[in-house]
Amino acid sequence: MGNFSVFNSIIKPGQVQHMMLALCCLGLSGCDALISASNKSNGVIYCSEGNPTSFNPQLDTSGTTVDASSHQIYDRLLDFDPKSGSVIPSLATSWSISTDGLLYTFQLRKDVAFHHTAYFSPSRTFNAEDVIFSFDRWRLPNSAYHGIAGGIYPYADSLGLANLIEKVERVNAYRLEITLKQPQSSFLANLATDFAVIMSKEYADSLEQKNQKENIDRQPIGTGPFKFAHFRQDSFIRYKRHDEYWGENKQTEQLIFDITPSSSLRLAKLITGECDAMALPAHSELDVIRQSKDLILDEKPGLNVGFWAFNTAKPPFDRPGVRRALSLAIDKNALIEAIYFDSAILAKNIVPPTSWAFQSEQKNLNYNPSAAKKLLQENGIEPGFTMNIWAMPVERPYNPNAIKMAELMQSYLQAVGVNVEIVSYEWSTFREKLKQGTHDSVLIGWSADNGDPDNFYRPLLSCGAIKSGTNRAFWCSPEYDELIGQALKYTSIEDRQYFYYKANALIAEQLPLVPIAHASKYQAFRRDLVGFEINPYGGVKLAGVTKN
Amino acid sequence: MLRVVLRFTNLVVLTLLALSFFSFVLIYLFPGEPLANLSGIPNPSPQEIEQLQHLYHRDSVFIVQYWYYLIDLFSGNWGLSFSSGLSLSSEVARTLPASIELSTYALLLSFIVGLPLGFLAGLRHHKTTDYALLSVSVLGYSIPVFWLAMLLILGFSLQLGWFPLSGRISLLYEVPRISGFILLDILWSDIENKSDVFIDAVRHLILPTLSIAAFTTTIILRIMRRSFIETMNSDYVQAAVARGLTSRQVIWKHAIRNSLMPILPLLGMQFTTLLTNAMIVEVIFSWPGIGNWLIQAIYQRDYPAIRVGMLAVATLVVIFTMTIDLFLRLVDPKKSKVERVAI
Repeated sequence: MGNFSVFNSIIKPGQVQHMMLALCCLGLSGCDALISASNKSNGVIYCSEGNPTSFNPQLDTSGTTVDASSHQIYDRLLDFDPKSGSVIPSLATSWSISTDGLLYTFQLRKDVAFHHTAYFSPSRTFNAEDVIFSFDRWRLPNSAYHGIAGGIYPYADSLGLANLIEKVERVNAYRLEITLKQPQSSFLANLATDFAVIMSKEYADSLEQKNQKENIDRQPIGTGPFKFAHFRQDSFIRYKRHDEYWGENKQTEQLIFDITPSSSLRLAKLITGECDAMALPAHSELDVIRQSKDLILDEKPGLNVGFWAFNTAKPPFDRPGVRRALSLAIDKNALIEAIYFDSAILAKNIVPPTSWAFQSEQKNLNYNPSAAKKLLQENGIEPGFTMNIWAMPVERPYNPNAIKMAELMQSYLQAVGVNVEIVSYEWSTFREKLKQGTHDSVLIGWSADNGDPDNFYRPLLSCGAIKSGTNRAFWCSPEYDELIGQALKYTSIEDRQYFYYKANALIAEQLPLVPIAHASKYQAFRRDLVGFEINPYGGVKLAGVTKN
Repeated sequence: MLRVVLRFTNLVVLTLLALSFFSFVLIYLFPGEPLANLSGIPNPSPQEIEQLQHLYHRDSVFIVQYWYYLIDLFSGNWGLSFSSGLSLSSEVARTLPASIELSTYALLLSFIVGLPLGFLAGLRHHKTTDYALLSVSVLGYSIPVFWLAMLLILGFSLQLGWFPLSGRISLLYEVPRISGFILLDILWSDIENKSDVFIDAVRHLILPTLSIAAFTTTIILRIMRRSFIETMNSDYVQAAVARGLTSRQVIWKHAIRNSLMPILPLLGMQFTTLLTNAMIVEVIFSWPGIGNWLIQAIYQRDYPAIRVGMLAVATLVVIFTMTIDLFLRLVDPKKSKVERVAI
């Protein structure tokens, strides 16, 4: 060791500093280009929350599938005006309804081009054949494409549309007649919903010839503002601009869905600018977005309801008294504070206040544990009774954290002597098992796809909706079905209100489900994004969204 | 020398055979139908079952099945993924280069930073510089890699907004895949504004590379330092000094070269750690590499993907470690006499 120090002289302390300085300079000169993002490519990136199951919204009511397909790839005959909620022309330029309310005649738009992609080149523009094909697919079990993806069309089935339509007929290439079996005032609104998309018959025929029918939902062709380019599971969906789009919107060249299941990661990407907009910001993170100067948080009252549904097919939940007692045991205000962070309003009934079927004078069941205890005893439920609450594993606008909500409810119910087991599965398994009806009760909800109140009443509680799997309470009341059926026979709002108010009273009395909250709809995006607005009626719309 | 090479080849082949056998047995050990685990078709129809039975020679003896399994492995017929339905060989071909690329840059960075600093620390043995470098290295050594990655994201992405926090490249850019190594692919491709795309890819690389490199750099620094000190105290260096060579001559001619010798075996040993760390970091930075892919496969219980992914990573590690080892045997005269080999 003794002679070791002689080597210290080889590099003098000053030299070390010089070397360090030189290294730093070298690093810094490259940094300028590196730390400032220069994204010259023209496109919008939307951070979505999951993989779509297919690119056909007819097949799936889940918001993820609808977001990825409905307004990006396809058009409908009609659309909703996002401001007023009234029905406006889309692929149908005008329409007329016969005086008996049974015959609908649509005049179709001319020169609407279908997507030109690597896998299909259309030879003709949109016409009545395409509408007939698209409707027949979910309407007629014997149509060639009906059974291709399992033959289940949850949305059309839950509304009973297949039974409602008598026939769809072509008058000429751009004129179409739809005959109904009975008048239904919500029919036009249903045609404007996310699921009523128009697909290409020519494409379907060419796939049939190649014997690749199942590709129709995986490699979609539509008339919408973007055409499908590439989908990599768990990673991204790439869309390209549809250059011959008939609408006025100016599209960006590319649209990307960056699939990011974790909401905090979506927010992080939004902050760093890797996304221009994000899906479903978590309620606990709303304040972070509000405080950031680069981000904008848009808020609109949502057309949704989060509820606690009892399985009324299963004793003892078949007794209204038991259901009432259990609902009295829950403090809904506390739930809203803890789960929604006050970004929701307390639900009195299944329709939100923005709907004209809402009754402001309706009474709410207040939190009253002692009354609950008494009522339980009267109904023969002994302390120590055990039930399960199924809680959704995913975050939905109407319920951002069902599992946490179930845990809170567990303690409320414990206080009245009811033990609760919380059950949860992976989301698609969860919905599958829920359809089988093995649950005692479930925390779930519903987002409406159009402004018509029928869109709440029918899918949630009608007898027909049990089969299609949207009636989570398995509640079937002929009286209720009669009321909501009557409501559809009239066109004036006052007449319809009469029946819906009666239905409201029936729900409040029978309590097949306990409405908990109507959550606001949020959309977070970067300040330089222009033209991005909340679509109150269903899926996200990225047509016409550009970057400054 | 030929005998050494033969011995190594032998060992590699045997190890790989054992690995492939293990992955074959996994088909039976994983829950579910072995046929589904093998082919990647989750719920085959009776018709498909018959077809697959025939395809995989399921009616033959176990060992014969294994033989056909090996043939399938070599011909790239690895089955499908449960969750995406894509061919596993194409999935691995897409993800593995991404991981190798990340690990390579991290390793290079570790050498570029670790070697000179280790040398410096050795030179300034028991001086402030040495102590400072040692304490920094202890820090780098003991910070868990995922935590460091989080800290880097917090600081450089979320606070400063300098670097992106996910992926390999902005999704707006489409780079055609040739080699699977993003930087090379960009250089080879003829896309518009190539320099922008290149810079974008580099920006995506910086944070993940730093998080992986931190650990390896400190290891290299410490070993380089120790090795340099040992060399400086060795007899031949002392002799060189005694013969009157200048400090410069002694260090450049004798000390540095010899103290670099123990670094090379380190490369082989560190590669496993590096790859493991890279797999963790990939998940944090959503890097589309094999680690991220395997973790997703585990989440989704994608058994065919888990089986093939593990086999691919294991094969890579075995071949890389053995090659480095073999190379060392061949260049280092001290070791060439020892013929026994080991992993």
